[in-house]
Amino acid sequence: MDFIVTLVNGLSLGGIYAMIALGYTMVYGIAKMLNFAHGDVIMVGGYTVLVFLAVNPVLAIVMSVIFCLLLGIVIEKVAYKPLRGASPLAVLITAIGVSYLLQSLALIIFGAAPEFVIIANLGTLDLGPISIKYSTIITLVATVIVMTVLSLFVKYSKIGRAMVAVSEDRDAARLMGININMIITITFAIGSALAALAGVCSLLNVPTITPTYGAMPGIKAFTAAVIGGIGSIPGAMVGGILLGIVECLCKAVPEIAPYTIAIEFAILIVILLVKPTGILGKKRREKV
Amino acid sequence: MASFMNKLSKIKWNHYVNYAAVAIVAIVFSAMTFAGGLPQSTLFLLEKTTMNIVLAVSLSLVVGFLGELSLGHAGFMCVGAYIGGKTACLLDGAIDGKGILSFIISLAVGALVAGVFGFIIGLPALRLKGDYLAIVTLAFGEIVKTVFENSSKESFGGPIGLRTPRFDKQYLFIIGFILVLLTMFIIQNLIRSKHGRAITAIRDNEIAARATGINVTKYKLVGFIISSSLAGVAGVFYSFANSTVKAAVFDYNYSIEILIMVVLGGMGNISGAIVSATVITYINTQLQTLLTGDLAVLKDIIYALILVVIIIYNNAPSLKFFREKYNMKALVSKIFKFVGKPSAGKDDESAWHRVPTKIEMNEILSTDLKVVESTLEPDKEDKG
Repeated sequence: MDFIVTLVNGLSLGGIYAMIALGYTMVYGIAKMLNFAHGDVIMVGGYTVLVFLAVNPVLAIVMSVIFCLLLGIVIEKVAYKPLRGASPLAVLITAIGVSYLLQSLALIIFGAAPEFVIIANLGTLDLGPISIKYSTIITLVATVIVMTVLSLFVKYSKIGRAMVAVSEDRDAARLMGININMIITITFAIGSALAALAGVCSLLNVPTITPTYGAMPGIKAFTAAVIGGIGSIPGAMVGGILLGIVECLCKAVPEIAPYTIAIEFAILIVILLVKPTGILGKKRREKV
Repeated sequence: MASFMNKLSKIKWNHYVNYAAVAIVAIVFSAMTFAGGLPQSTLFLLEKTTMNIVLAVSLSLVVGFLGELSLGHAGFMCVGAYIGGKTACLLDGAIDGKGILSFIISLAVGALVAGVFGFIIGLPALRLKGDYLAIVTLAFGEIVKTVFENSSKESFGGPIGLRTPRFDKQYLFIIGFILVLLTMFIIQNLIRSKHGRAITAIRDNEIAARATGINVTKYKLVGFIISSSLAGVAGVFYSFANSTVKAAVFDYNYSIEILIMVVLGGMGNISGAIVSATVITYINTQLQTLLTGDLAVLKDIIYALILVVIIIYNNAPSLKFFREKYNMKALVSKIFKFVGKPSAGKDDESAWHRVPTKIEMNEILSTDLKVVESTLEPDKEDKG
C-alpha cells in the first residue's frame, strides 16, 4: 500500500514539475532560448503569496499569478528582447544574470532564513489502508486542469495556433502576419503564470520558502522538459510526471535517498546520450 | 650573429607580454616574502588570486573560444580538490606528505580525474547543438556536491569535509603563480595551434566548420576536457592551501563568480580574464570585511547587474553604433594620440597573429580585400 501512496505523491510532484517544465519548453520552442530565470520566478511567486497571505489566501494566490505574469513580461522586455538576433551564448549568460539578480534581491528583501507560508491547513484523506494528503489531491487536480486548458488553448485559440506556427518556422510565421514579438511576450507571460501556480502547489505540500527555493525545481523541470523532448508540450507533461515518480520512488528507499538528485541528473545524461530529442521530441535537421 | 638576430626578431614578443607581466608580479612578491615576509592575509589573498586566475583562464577557453557555457566549473574544481587531497593523504604515509613530489603527484591525479569527468560530461552534451552543456554541467556540479557530502567518514570525510596535509604556507603562492603560467601556456598555445583554429572556427560557424571537415564533437570535447582538468588543478591547489576541503564551498554561486570574471575580462581575452580575476578576488576579500550581514548581498546584486549590462551592451544588435563609437580600443588610441604616440591600429602584423574574435572577424571580412591581403602576408613568410 505504501507503494500506491508513493506513486500518488510522485504523480503530484510530477504535476508540479510538469507545470514548470511547460514554461521552459514553450519558451524554448518559441524564443529558442533557455530561460534560466524561470525557476526563480517560482520563488518570486512564493514570496508574493507570503506578502499577501495576511490579507486573504485566495487573493494571495491570484496576486502571485498576476505578479509573476508581469515579471515574466518585464524580464523578457528588459533583458532578452535587446538580444534577439545575438549569439545564443549571450542570451544564456544574460538569463543567468537575471536569475542571480532575482535570487540576490529576494535575499536582501526577505533574508536567508526560511519563511513559513501556510496557505491553508489541509487534512488527510483516509481511505482505509491508504491515506493521501488533500494538498496532493489539489495539486493533481490543478495539474490536470492546467494541462487540459493549455492544450485546448494551443490547439484551438488563434494565439495558441500562432505560437505553434512561430515555433515551427519563425520567418514563415512572420510572413503570415504573425507579430513575433507579441507571441514571445505572451509565451513568457503564460510560462511565468504557470510557474507561479506550480509555486503555490508546492507551497501547499512543503510550506517553507528561501531565496533559492526555485533553483532546484527549475533545474529539475528543465531535466523533465529534456526527458520529454524539449519544445514539445505533451513531452513536458510526460517528462515532468516521470521525473516526479522517479524522485518519490528514490526517496522511499532509505539507502538511495541521499543520492536522489544524482540519480535524476544521471537520467538526464543518459537521455542525452541515448535519445537527445527526448521521448516525444521530433528530430530536426539543421539547414544552412 | 645576424641569423640569431633574425631569429629573435621573428619571435612574436607580444605573445609573451602577459607571461612576463605575471612573472614580474610573482618575482616581486617572492622577493618581498624573502626580504621581510608578507602578512598572512596577503599570502592568503595571493593564493586565492592565483587559484581564481587558473579557473577564469580555463573557463575562458570554454566560454570565449568554444562558445559553450559551463556552469559546473566549481564542480570540476571540487573533484580535483577531493581527489588531489585524498591522494596527498594517502601519500602522506608513503613519502613526505608536505614535499613538492607529493604535490606534483596529487596535481597529476586530480587533473586526470577531473579530465575524465570532463569527458563523461562533455560527450553527451557536446554532441548536441544548443544549451545542453550548461544544464548538464550545472547538474554535474550538484551531483558532485551530493556525492562528496554523503560519502563515508573514512573515504572523503562526509559532511565535515576532508582533512588534507597542508603545504608549507609561505611559499605556496609561488606554486600558484607557476600554475598560472602553466595554464596560460597550455591555453594560449592551444588556441594558436591547429586545434585552436578549429575550435574558433566551430564557434563562429558550426555548419561551415563541419563542411570543412572539422570533427566538431572531437575538437569541442578536447577543449572542454582541457578546461575541466585545469579546473581540477585549481582544486588540488585549493586542497593544499586549506586544511579541509568541504563540498559546500564549490557551489553554483562559485561557478557563476568564475563566469563573471570571464565575462568582465572580455570573452575570449585571456589577459582580460587574468586582470578581472585579480580585481574581483581583491574586491571580494575587501568587501567581506566591509559588508557584513544582509549587506553582503549587495555585492551579488551588483555582480548580477554587471553581468546583464555588459552582455547586453556587447551583444545587442541595436547597440552596434554605440559599441563602435565608445569601445576600449577607440579610447586607448585616443589616449595614445593625446600623449603623442602612434595609435594602436598601425601594427597590423601583431594584430593578425592573435585569434580574432567574432566581431573582429566580421570587421575583417567587411574591409577592403587589399587590406586583408596585406595582413595575410606575414603568415606566408612564416611558412617560407
